[in-house]
Amino acid sequence: MEYIRPQNLKEILHLMKQWKKKATLIAGGTNVIPDLRARAIRPEVLIDISQLKGLSYIKEDKKKIHIGALTTVSELASSKIIQKWAPLLSEAANQLGNPLVRNRATIAGNLADGSPAADTAVPLLALEAIIVIQGGKEKQVPIHQFFVGPNQTVLKRDEMIKEVIVPKCNPNAKTAYFKLGLRNSMAVSVVSIAVLMEMEKTFCKKARIGCGAVAPKPIRAYRIEEMLENHELTERLLRACCETIGKEISPISDIRASKEYRTEMASVLLKRVMKRVTQ
Amino acid sequence: MKVSKTYPLKLNVNGEWKKAEVTPRETLLHVMRERLSHTEVKEGCGKGDCGACAVLLDGKPVNACLTLALQADGQRVVTLKGIGTPDKPHPLQESFIKKGAIQCGFCSAGMIVTAKGLLDKNPKPSREEIGKAISGNLCRCTGYKKIIEAIEEAALKLRRTKNDRR
Repeated sequence: MEYIRPQNLKEILHLMKQWKKKATLIAGGTNVIPDLRARAIRPEVLIDISQLKGLSYIKEDKKKIHIGALTTVSELASSKIIQKWAPLLSEAANQLGNPLVRNRATIAGNLADGSPAADTAVPLLALEAIIVIQGGKEKQVPIHQFFVGPNQTVLKRDEMIKEVIVPKCNPNAKTAYFKLGLRNSMAVSVVSIAVLMEMEKTFCKKARIGCGAVAPKPIRAYRIEEMLENHELTERLLRACCETIGKEISPISDIRASKEYRTEMASVLLKRVMKRVTQ
Repeated sequence: MKVSKTYPLKLNVNGEWKKAEVTPRETLLHVMRERLSHTEVKEGCGKGDCGACAVLLDGKPVNACLTLALQADGQRVVTLKGIGTPDKPHPLQESFIKKGAIQCGFCSAGMIVTAKGLLDKNPKPSREEIGKAISGNLCRCTGYKKIIEAIEEAALKLRRTKNDRR
């Protein structure tokens, strides 16, 4: 296996084009290294982008936050800009893996891995983030179109994530992220839910709900959003939402939990996040 | 069998520059232990679940098993021995001994490295913050209570010596 450390974006793109399937990009390495060890991937060349400083940043303009691909999950959790304008993302980042992993893992790596349980994907779905993909040319893909299936995204062999754009949250918006794992730290989600709500007293003006580990990819719960949006929030409506979420999801049984348990817990978690955002 | 290509590696380990020829597949953990004789970096699970191999990479605690050696090229690595030695122990090491925070001792190296990373950033952590900071480090003997107490005591001692110097 060969090892190359490109110095800039142009070199990375050139190398990916040249090596295509034979290459694996490595940034934080928290997914790639276990895969290499398990021989789940057998690249001929590793393209190491971990030391490219230019792709690690958190910037803001009037309406959006721009997050560079190599920004670590720790940086997402501790960034003042994100805490202020997208607290949902910092809350979720704080629950990814463990502190040692968070110091290496990057936002782009977490997304490009395409795990249905990806901790950053779920809040970014509720925040309606945009993924900036760089290949031959640059394109922007809304995050709900980014994931295709288990560990599959729209990324082609010669493309990479360059940036994640997050629209700033309305300061009046209420958000919450709940993750159920088998333990409190170092856990892969059994079910995770992120909610963003804009309320006018008890009237719901906007609702966005992201769900993890309950479908082949991280998903939005559109039906629940529709039930809530432009409606008066009543106990009855909330109960109906919790009953409906089971129909929105298609979980599988795996080593962590059965599909029945996940379905039941999705409803419980939705109840808890809704309780938090409406209080 | 295909022989993997090797690449030159330069690491600053505990303040000293070290060189090695390594393959891309080798982790920082493997190179530290097998090539540079830094066996104070412990191998537990080898896949990022236990924190026994924690080192400070450019000041931040990371799992050496989840970092390729070449990814650390040109950077500063601090191990337990870089924090303190038997002749000149760091307050963290002293308080771990005093508080009985070490039983079998296998997690201690990673635990102290992680704690050092925390105290460098946050000299006055709450118990909850300490618990959160070491949540990637498994200890199967102590139940964490004594470890948390030891880190708390070391933090206090470090703050006092800092104040005395002023």
